[in-house]
Amino acid sequence: MSSVVEEGKTYEPGTYPDLPPPPSTVGIVGWVRENLLSSTTNIVITVLTLYFLWVILPPSINWLFLNAVFEGASRDECRAIMREAGASGACWAFIGHRFELFVYGFYPVEERWRVDLSFILMLAAIVPVLWDKTPQRGKMMIGSALAPFVIGWLLIGGFGLETVPTDKFGGFMLTLVIGVTGIVGSLPLGIALALGRQSHLPALRIVCVVFIEFIRGVPLITLLFVASTMLNYFLPPGTTFDLLLRVLIMVTLFAAAYLAEVVRGGLQAIPKGQIEAADAMGLKYWQSMRLIILPQALKISIPGIVNTFIGLYKDTTLVIIIGLFDPLGVGRASLADTKWQGLSTEVYVFVAIFFFVSCIAMSRYSLYLEKKLHTGH
Amino acid sequence: MAASSATSESGRQSLWYRIFYDKETRSTAIQVLTLTLLFAFFFYIIRNAVINLEAIGKGYSFKFLWEPSNYDINQTLIEYDSRSPHWRATIVGILNTLLVAVTGIIIATVVGFIMGVLRLSHNWLINKVVYVYIEYVRNVPVLLHILMVHGVIVNTLPLPRNAISIDDTFFLTNRGFYTPKPLFEPAMWAVFIAFVVGIVFSIWFNHYAKKVQDATGKIYPVIWISLAAIILFPILVYFVVGSPMSFEMAELRGFNFKGGLVLRPEYLALTLALALYTAAFIAEIVRAGIQAISHGQTEASYALGIKPNRTMRLVIIPQALRVIIPPLSSQYLNLTKNSSLAIAIGYMDIVATIGGISLNQTGREMECMTIVLALYLSFSLMISAFMNWYNKKMKLVER
Repeated sequence: MSSVVEEGKTYEPGTYPDLPPPPSTVGIVGWVRENLLSSTTNIVITVLTLYFLWVILPPSINWLFLNAVFEGASRDECRAIMREAGASGACWAFIGHRFELFVYGFYPVEERWRVDLSFILMLAAIVPVLWDKTPQRGKMMIGSALAPFVIGWLLIGGFGLETVPTDKFGGFMLTLVIGVTGIVGSLPLGIALALGRQSHLPALRIVCVVFIEFIRGVPLITLLFVASTMLNYFLPPGTTFDLLLRVLIMVTLFAAAYLAEVVRGGLQAIPKGQIEAADAMGLKYWQSMRLIILPQALKISIPGIVNTFIGLYKDTTLVIIIGLFDPLGVGRASLADTKWQGLSTEVYVFVAIFFFVSCIAMSRYSLYLEKKLHTGH
Repeated sequence: MAASSATSESGRQSLWYRIFYDKETRSTAIQVLTLTLLFAFFFYIIRNAVINLEAIGKGYSFKFLWEPSNYDINQTLIEYDSRSPHWRATIVGILNTLLVAVTGIIIATVVGFIMGVLRLSHNWLINKVVYVYIEYVRNVPVLLHILMVHGVIVNTLPLPRNAISIDDTFFLTNRGFYTPKPLFEPAMWAVFIAFVVGIVFSIWFNHYAKKVQDATGKIYPVIWISLAAIILFPILVYFVVGSPMSFEMAELRGFNFKGGLVLRPEYLALTLALALYTAAFIAEIVRAGIQAISHGQTEASYALGIKPNRTMRLVIIPQALRVIIPPLSSQYLNLTKNSSLAIAIGYMDIVATIGGISLNQTGREMECMTIVLALYLSFSLMISAFMNWYNKKMKLVER
């Protein structure tokens, strides 16, 4: 595109030859000018942000990686290594030493293969649910539906295995147990509640509304307190049941109430003509729900459903308040060890990374699903 | 089966037949069944509870609320000591919860709106920084945030003797944030009245200015006059009645500060963590709300010759608010409910007072949990009633 323009020549309007755009509007320079420096306010914002990043990033990276100590037998050793280097950083050796505790909790060492096997089973069961190109998906789904029961049995001790009491459950395994049970249990319950709330039967509707509004009106922690302190009073005298099971029930009910509202939003967004058309086709209530209404309603409520799941997953941390040992609880318990005192920041950052990665994965999957199911324009 | 035998008795429709094949009868049957099961369930658990409570000789009564509580609370908004009854401890807890909820909601709204607008900024850098921050905050449990902020305050801020001081009046230490405490003299009520009068006046003036504008097209500087009425007028009254307010300064005595007003680390940590957590959600709501308003609205408004500033205020924001308010109200509710996590860092809110120490001291789990649940339920119902009212009001703006 170089010497098309002749110096000194005048052109008729509209006949001026094509020119390359001015160098200041293309490439990196153009991008920077356009996106970072387009006005005075923009320049000020850019400079302030850069300053902020300069203050925050280098010390964080130093602490997290460059000055961090990855091997050592105690906090004092970590400190000594850092003192030699003349810098302060994280003592990841602590996490390394306690890694198994973080993963398995207090599950007996010789039985830990059961947790590993359960994890593999869980992954295998998730594949057909999440990936619609799985060969023989229909049959695989039956396996997926059975998997939670098999896993539960495996963890607690069926198949003639040694029984492991649930108070030995802990760490990331406990998070997964509560999170997955909550997700698996709350979805059908939430859909049922949403349908009940939309029902034409007044008694059913009122029961559902009262249940949903009650659960949504109180914090999860109070429900967990109810489960841990009060629930025994409501059982027949002399009976009791497992604390973990009580927590699982409460978490499931809690998530179900929130899911019900999300699904209700989806149901309300379906035009009335859809259900009238289904009626006109002679479909019964459950048929029209299963074949016409719910597929559409659930599709549009995917973002809300996944958000509720993410919320449930994050809320599993609350169980430390009633004395279960999730990763945070395990971490705090390990800090009581005099060898590793005062390393709470490392625990918090480690657990935060775990939750961040798993929650981001969930939300990315929901975005992908939304895009895939988007059949509009 | 009952149904098949009914069909063979051609014509005569038995009750069983109708339960399965007649819509009306069926729905009545379902409802009767639901209610019966529900009542049976409640009867069963209440009966169990009565038997169990009798067995340990407890009963169900709220008399313990009038017994002395025998424990101290480090942050009290009303007078309280360990000889005060349990009900007073409960009120202290309620006020502490409300304090966190109100300050948290204010901070979360302001920060959330700012971040939401920055997410829409054309500046690539700030846009991405805010995006990363929001994603980080939203994907980490709120309990972890609370513990982290508390850890930062307690572990990294200096001891009182090396306090970070601002002008020797404000002190930031790991025992809390110390500020001068205002001491009111009796004449101060005049200033408060002036403040209320200012608010009432600006509400009236707002209506009046709107009426005048509708009738004549004349525009008054409503914001400036309202600000003057709410801020300048009380200040003027303050000086007229002779400055009836003094400050008690915080002073370092021994190992800690004495006097002044202190924001405790637990309060600071809880409020900041909850506010920043909720702000990230609010930012996304605000961004979605503004993006939901089609750009044609802005263009149409410009085409009518309305200035950018007024376009934002009169055209875009009223419409965006309709999208923003419902999810915003549920975020406010979430913040209030999440304040119950205070117990993790020892802030004395409802759950920690009546649902925690009182419960453990008196052993009255049923009564204490009933009170806690009832309190949270009433907060939630009140906030959602208010938000529904506001939502309805905003909806009317539409047509």
